[in-house]
Amino acid sequence: MNTNDDDRIKELLQQALPPVSDKQEPSTDLWPAMLRRLDARPAQSISGWAWFDCALLAGVLGAAALFPTAIPVLLYYL
Amino acid sequence: MQNEAIDVLRMFQQGDLDAFESLFRMHQRAVYLWILRIVRNPATAEELTVETFWRIYRAHARFEPVCGFEGWARRIATRAALDWLRSTRTENALSVELVTDPAGPARADPAISAEIRQKTASAFQRLAPKLRIAAVLAVVEEQPHKEIAEALGISVAAVKLRVFRALRLLRKDLEQQGIRP
Repeated sequence: MNTNDDDRIKELLQQALPPVSDKQEPSTDLWPAMLRRLDARPAQSISGWAWFDCALLAGVLGAAALFPTAIPVLLYYL
Repeated sequence: MQNEAIDVLRMFQQGDLDAFESLFRMHQRAVYLWILRIVRNPATAEELTVETFWRIYRAHARFEPVCGFEGWARRIATRAALDWLRSTRTENALSVELVTDPAGPARADPAISAEIRQKTASAFQRLAPKLRIAAVLAVVEEQPHKEIAEALGISVAAVKLRVFRALRLLRKDLEQQGIRP
């Protein structure tokens, strides 16, 4: 793809998806929704690891050891 | 003044709700705008803004006041938007409002028909979410590559590569539909 093609496709994309104005704002104050969310799901520190996280990590490490050629594919999708 | 700001960040780090409210009110608009640029749907952007701040509050203990709040919030917002794009990849439609009636500058080129614009938007939607984010922020919103890289947690070179790949795939998709850009 040469520079002209590149510029053309960029122009097409800008026409299809016009830039968002800097003046856009939320339609309402979002703090009440935030408070509802905090009440519904009390915040917890996420420093601790759940058993599922550990099991998942062990599974991924095991798979990587058995199929090392899959590592680049895995990294691509991360 | 600066000491006050640092104090608010430190109090937030300790889980203080008032400090969190101050930060929420100070940064909600910027976070909303950043998310809107990615998801291009005002209602979804509002939901994801709340989701982002919920994640921020949840992770307060890991926040480093010396690193600043804005960049950290933007990274979390980008991750929330990416999760949303991935979860709704096949069903979400770009907001018609934002596609056809720009809230931004009206600069529609009469040489490009509405049909081509719509097909381009649809083709763009078929791209992988991580390519879409890089392309929409860099090409459409013209955000600095450095900011995009920081928000995505990748290098500037990786951002450029993703934009290049997005444009190449977009071109290929349009050619398959009989549109020669």
